[in-house]
Amino acid sequence: MNWRVRVCARAGSFALDAAVAGDGAPVALIGPNGSGKTILLRAISGGHPPVAGRIRVGGRILYDSDAGVRLAPERRRIGYVPQGYGIFPHLNVLENVAFGLAAARPRQPRGDRRAAAAALLGEMDCAHLARRLPATLSGGEKQRVALARALLAEPDLLLLDEPLAALDAAARRDIRRFLAGHLATRNTPALVVTHDARDVRALGARSVYVLEGGSVIQRGAPESLAASPATEFVREFFG
Amino acid sequence: MRYRRGGRAGVVAALPMLAVVTVPLVALASASSPAEIAAGVRHPLFLPALWLSARTTVASLAVIVVAGTPLAWWLARSSGRGVRVAELLVDLPVVIPPAVMGIALLQTFGPNGLLGPALASLGVRLPFTAAAVVVAQVAVSAPFYVQGAAAAFRRLDEDLLIVARTLGQSPAGAFFRIAVPLALPGMVTGAALSWARALGEFGATLFFAGNFTGSTQTMPLAIYTALESDTRVAVALALVLAAASVLLLVPLRTVPTLLSRRANARRRRA
Repeated sequence: MNWRVRVCARAGSFALDAAVAGDGAPVALIGPNGSGKTILLRAISGGHPPVAGRIRVGGRILYDSDAGVRLAPERRRIGYVPQGYGIFPHLNVLENVAFGLAAARPRQPRGDRRAAAAALLGEMDCAHLARRLPATLSGGEKQRVALARALLAEPDLLLLDEPLAALDAAARRDIRRFLAGHLATRNTPALVVTHDARDVRALGARSVYVLEGGSVIQRGAPESLAASPATEFVREFFG
Repeated sequence: MRYRRGGRAGVVAALPMLAVVTVPLVALASASSPAEIAAGVRHPLFLPALWLSARTTVASLAVIVVAGTPLAWWLARSSGRGVRVAELLVDLPVVIPPAVMGIALLQTFGPNGLLGPALASLGVRLPFTAAAVVVAQVAVSAPFYVQGAAAAFRRLDEDLLIVARTLGQSPAGAFFRIAVPLALPGMVTGAALSWARALGEFGATLFFAGNFTGSTQTMPLAIYTALESDTRVAVALALVLAAASVLLLVPLRTVPTLLSRRANARRRRA
């Protein structure tokens, strides 16, 4: 499934104007702090209203300022895993993962929803976490739970905001492998914000977008960006 | 030697304020014998006033929570000059003397007030009724709940609400399933403060609702009335009201803590 995004958005005095596209393979989004990566992800998810643009995922138009299309976040079929993982602190792991099925129509019985969540947690080697509360989880465990929760809703596009940033070296390697495996086997398109060139390679991202000051200043395969970096940031990223 | 943060001078300096707060309550508690308290409770002013205070403050609290929660949400989630002005307006009843609020309510709902004639044409006469007691309590005590709830809503992580929406929740679903459970301790604290303020309401009630036994004479007004005839009855009434307030203070201090600790209890059960 391919997808194409172009959005203009504002946050205070900051202006974002970026176009990003991809197919089944993960797409990496890199850029210095404050370059607009999170606003871009939120605009795609529907959490930050753009000023103008067009968002298409597969055959569905999620947003089109010219045509007046503006789907609510709950109708976009987008999976969003924010930087802090966005785990609901008052629900246990199983309830968090099953959360996305609660609003699904036709309505599934509560037992079925929990069984589906438990099955996915098992598949992700997290069955033992099911009854734990988020406050008791490590960063790596939170990331697995957040990913399980997003995947259970079977999104058409997955947005991951720095999924590995807050983890220590061992957890990073672990989750990197975990992410790469699950994104590949499920063939779910993903847009992944990262600060590490190793993540780009490990996730098998074939295209990388560089965001600086709210604009895409370079895009291409990781090798071509490494070979001819457009800015000092790109050079250091692949250096 | 262990370092003590306050030091002896600090304790001495803190005592006068503590005394101002506690000595009158101790004096009140020691003024009445059990027999006098029993006589106060049996006094014809007592039960109607207690029952009226209970009914009107519960009604006020219901109105405040139902109408104040959307306002708190809007104040917390919006920006711009309009919101800042609204915040200021919400705080006004805190700084305006209750007697002034009472007169202002008469100017609004009285026979010659802003809305009085319109209400009268509908057959509604508000001043000097039990409903007026509720209106006075709401006007004076709502800010405490609205401020508490708005502060709790402001502390919410924006990403949690976005994630809830992407997982299929409507705005209302995200509000009730995520925002309210997480903001509940702050909302409960605000509601308890509002309730305490409504329970003690005197000035606005006296001017707008009057002081009629059974229909508008709440506990504070009954104390005022009793004081004119029999100090002992006033003291007994005051003691009961103080006890009710202290009973309110206990959940005010413990419920928010309990709500946040419930998470830990659930972890132990798991």
